[in-house]
Amino acid sequence: MSRFRSLALLPAALLLGGCNMVVLAPSGDVAVQQRDLIIVSTVLMLLVIVPVMALTVLFAWRYRHTNKAANYQPDWDHSTQFELVIWAAPLLIIICLGAVTWMGTHLLDPYRPLDRLASGQPVTQEMAPLRVEVVALDWKWLFIYPDYGIATVNELAAPVDRPIDFSITSSAVMNSFFIPALAGQIYAMPGMQTKLHAVINKPGTYEGFSANYSGAGFSQMKFAFHGMSNADFETWTADGKKAEGELDRATYLQLEQPSENAPVQRFASVDPDLYRRILNRCVEPGKMCMSEMMAIDAKGGLGMAGIYNVLPLEYDKYRRRGSVLGTEPGYVASICTPEEAAAMMASRSLPASVPAGAPLTGSGLRLPGTIVPGFTPARVPSLSLLTGERQPTNS
Amino acid sequence: MTPAPMSDHSPIIHAIFGRLTLESLPLNEPIVVGTFIVVALGGLALLGAITYFKLWGYLWREWFTSVDHKRIGIMYMVLGIIMLLRGFSDAIMMRLQQSIAFGGSQGYLDSHHYDQIFTAHGVIMIFFVAMPLVTGLMNFIVPLQIGARDVSFPFLNNFSFWMTAAGAVIVMMSLFIGEFARTGWLAYPPLSNIGYSPDVGVDYYIWALQVAGVGTLLSGVNLICTIVKMRAPGMTMMKMPIFTWTALCTNILIVAAFPVLTAVLALLSLDRYIGTNFFTNDFGGNPMMYVNLIWIWGHPEVYILILPVFGIFSEVTATFSRKRLFGYTSMVYATVVITVLSYLVWLHHFFTMGSGASVNSFFGITTMIISIPTGAKMFNWLFTMYRGRIRFELPMMWTLAFMLTFVIGGMTGVLLAVPPADFVLHNSLFLVAHFHNVIIGGVLFGLFAGISYWFPKAFGFKLDPFWGKMSFWFWVVGFYFAFMPLYVLGLMGVTRRLRVFDDPALQIWFVIAAFGAVLIALGILFFLIQIGVSIRRRESLRDTTGDPWDGRTLEWATSSPPPDYNFAFTPVVHDNDAWWDMKNRGYRRPESDFKAILMPRNTGTGVILAGFSIALAFGLIWYIWWLAAMSFAGLLAVAIGHTFNYARDFRIPAETILATETARTRLLAAEATR
Repeated sequence: MSRFRSLALLPAALLLGGCNMVVLAPSGDVAVQQRDLIIVSTVLMLLVIVPVMALTVLFAWRYRHTNKAANYQPDWDHSTQFELVIWAAPLLIIICLGAVTWMGTHLLDPYRPLDRLASGQPVTQEMAPLRVEVVALDWKWLFIYPDYGIATVNELAAPVDRPIDFSITSSAVMNSFFIPALAGQIYAMPGMQTKLHAVINKPGTYEGFSANYSGAGFSQMKFAFHGMSNADFETWTADGKKAEGELDRATYLQLEQPSENAPVQRFASVDPDLYRRILNRCVEPGKMCMSEMMAIDAKGGLGMAGIYNVLPLEYDKYRRRGSVLGTEPGYVASICTPEEAAAMMASRSLPASVPAGAPLTGSGLRLPGTIVPGFTPARVPSLSLLTGERQPTNS
Repeated sequence: MTPAPMSDHSPIIHAIFGRLTLESLPLNEPIVVGTFIVVALGGLALLGAITYFKLWGYLWREWFTSVDHKRIGIMYMVLGIIMLLRGFSDAIMMRLQQSIAFGGSQGYLDSHHYDQIFTAHGVIMIFFVAMPLVTGLMNFIVPLQIGARDVSFPFLNNFSFWMTAAGAVIVMMSLFIGEFARTGWLAYPPLSNIGYSPDVGVDYYIWALQVAGVGTLLSGVNLICTIVKMRAPGMTMMKMPIFTWTALCTNILIVAAFPVLTAVLALLSLDRYIGTNFFTNDFGGNPMMYVNLIWIWGHPEVYILILPVFGIFSEVTATFSRKRLFGYTSMVYATVVITVLSYLVWLHHFFTMGSGASVNSFFGITTMIISIPTGAKMFNWLFTMYRGRIRFELPMMWTLAFMLTFVIGGMTGVLLAVPPADFVLHNSLFLVAHFHNVIIGGVLFGLFAGISYWFPKAFGFKLDPFWGKMSFWFWVVGFYFAFMPLYVLGLMGVTRRLRVFDDPALQIWFVIAAFGAVLIALGILFFLIQIGVSIRRRESLRDTTGDPWDGRTLEWATSSPPPDYNFAFTPVVHDNDAWWDMKNRGYRRPESDFKAILMPRNTGTGVILAGFSIALAFGLIWYIWWLAAMSFAGLLAVAIGHTFNYARDFRIPAETILATETARTRLLAAEATR
């Protein structure tokens, strides 16, 4: 019955088709500009496509076999003028389109902080962007609001006309974070962080989802994105604070387990270090963070000691099995916990906060200021390397 | 479905069968069992018929072991058409699932099956439909067009075909023994790594492509060598027929691109088999590297498919407009420019990975630049028709449908090359619609044009025009019904590879698309009917001239089907439309003074090597190490053994040639007096 009804509605659907084309009628300024670019590019290309299609039909008809009146020149195969036109016409279109592309790509680079909320509404200094940390899990979305200390699963909210600064990563496999009404998508990749800057201009509830196939539960890996007024958003975050749960590392490891069609969940508090640990793949206790590994490697590595610093894998995140002929699966053990490191630092009575760029300290390393005359220390990485994120390598 | 537990097996059973257990057979899945029964019954009926009519000896001697490029070309085409049926069954299953899985309905496929189906559909359509059909046409036509008697390495050609067929067999095995990958057709890690895809699916994928890849690469080497070294005297590079030019460029792309695929899949299998960390999340692995590498193969791959088809359209347009190809030189340069540029655009498949704006713009603009030579080609066909005398035979109809359809796909392609636009359209059904628009509207229409154009050359009779036109209209109209709704859905923000939907407003579009798929199914059916009807009516469709379309290039100079040796005397070429030129200058066939011709002898080695490759792949997929080791040893032994086979040639005696040519002289005389 419903099938027939939908068939009967076909003409109406055709007419109304334009109404729910979210890509052509988005609600966020970035997506609006992307829509404009689509339209400009299409119009530019139609300048050459339409004549080609028309000429195809025209020539096919005019020079048909039965039309003996048409001019027939079987050996006419070259004309410098025509050749010039047929190379120049596409070239000119592509020059225009290339210029539009270069500008559009830089203006709408997802890494670039916004400079306008909408046409004629520049972003002002006092407008702090809303920071959201996004983690694609199997198969649901985790949103952490570091400024509010709350987290949600499969529900995202943001005040209208306030820039949003997304930091995006993934726990296991590749996904793509996409809210068509807000802005274009960007991949969510494990151990890597991508960025997206966007703004929503109209209140409403929009659909967000993963746009990159990620396994069995992919189809239902959706979330609602609420654009709301500032007041509503304050209420929403306050409600979030009243929720039951607390998202610490243990809870996260539970949450990370694959599940399909996951319900909305809220957490009243979040371990402030959680996102960094997810990004550096060291939420599991005892696992060394990638940033630490990279800092060690940047200093020349642990040498032979490093190869013994691998523990058998105990956490069984997702049917994780080793390869058939290779070694047992494992991970790099962390050398000391942050607590131990802090304790060590304290016992040496060093300033609690080491300014960025200061040399590394630790057992086996020279204390700052104890450099032997005539000895030039190797370039040491700044501390920001220890806590920093891994950037995509092909940027 | 979880992988079969291994613990309840004794070590001996495990050593013999690896991880293959009874549970690996999908006995409890009615759809698969039903398919298996149909395939098994069909297969048994076919095998029974071959046995009953005592065809095994004939097939083995005349076809399977043949090193004749024409027979191998035809076998490639048959393989492509058979696999088209499989790939299309996957397509129509997806269309059905997506048109009913609304409002809480899960449809009729669970994710375990649906995810395998869309993966298999992509893999089969590209590797085992489009590639064999394109390679088959090049194999058949190129030596004839350049006036050669065979390809440079005839045995290698047979071996290449059987390796491609072996890859297809491995994919088909996954349907009934175990399962196929559930990763999408390019098997991106980490999803395709052992941690997230521990079962045999990805291994089937890897080994099917590795085995078929050997065939593709060797056939590329073979055809390049043939075109470079075996052209008839007088055929300089700029007098080569345009199809041969596109074939040359395509095979250069194959030889340069396929090793990258082989390497990236080898790295992935190292990750899966011995625990390396090239593409893992931990231990410094980088999945992005895989994505880059596979698209460095993947983008040239689409030009590998489309370039020969551009060549087909060029031949068809010139022949059916009865006019020289407009702008031959610019056509050649356009082809070469596309060949070079196709290596500079791979990143446009993942703008959304977060490369910087400058990197994205660079690859976006290089992509757009490709549309300039492509646009020039389009204009060249247009001006070939201009001041021509266009006959609307089937190949020309496909060409016109292509010209009108392909420009739409080209336009949406350039649109997707604008990075900010790609951010909202990437991975959406708009993208799916785009690449089907260029692959069906370009490659497939071109292959049908080529098949109907060259069929009389291969078999000596034309294809039935009525069923051909039926197939044409159902394909073209079906294409628009099936894929235009996907453009709309893409603009509605619907992403690809979804199995179930919430928004009921989307359903109508999926229903229209499914209707289009049904029209295409009829188009395929009518194509098969066309071949059947044509075989039945072959006497009335017979062409004795060898030149049914009043052709322009050398393949039309010989009889249809051509004799084993193609040309009794190697023709001398003075013009790029060599045969047209010969006809205009009153060419007369030589009727005497034939000399014996040295031809390569048939060999079964290709079949045996491919058989060992299947066994090797099967052993590796199921961890049956003894089988893998033994078949690898067998592979080496047979390959080395073959090098000691010195009886590789035989002479066709001059009397046989005289008899063949005299028979043709009589036929032509009879035709002339009719």
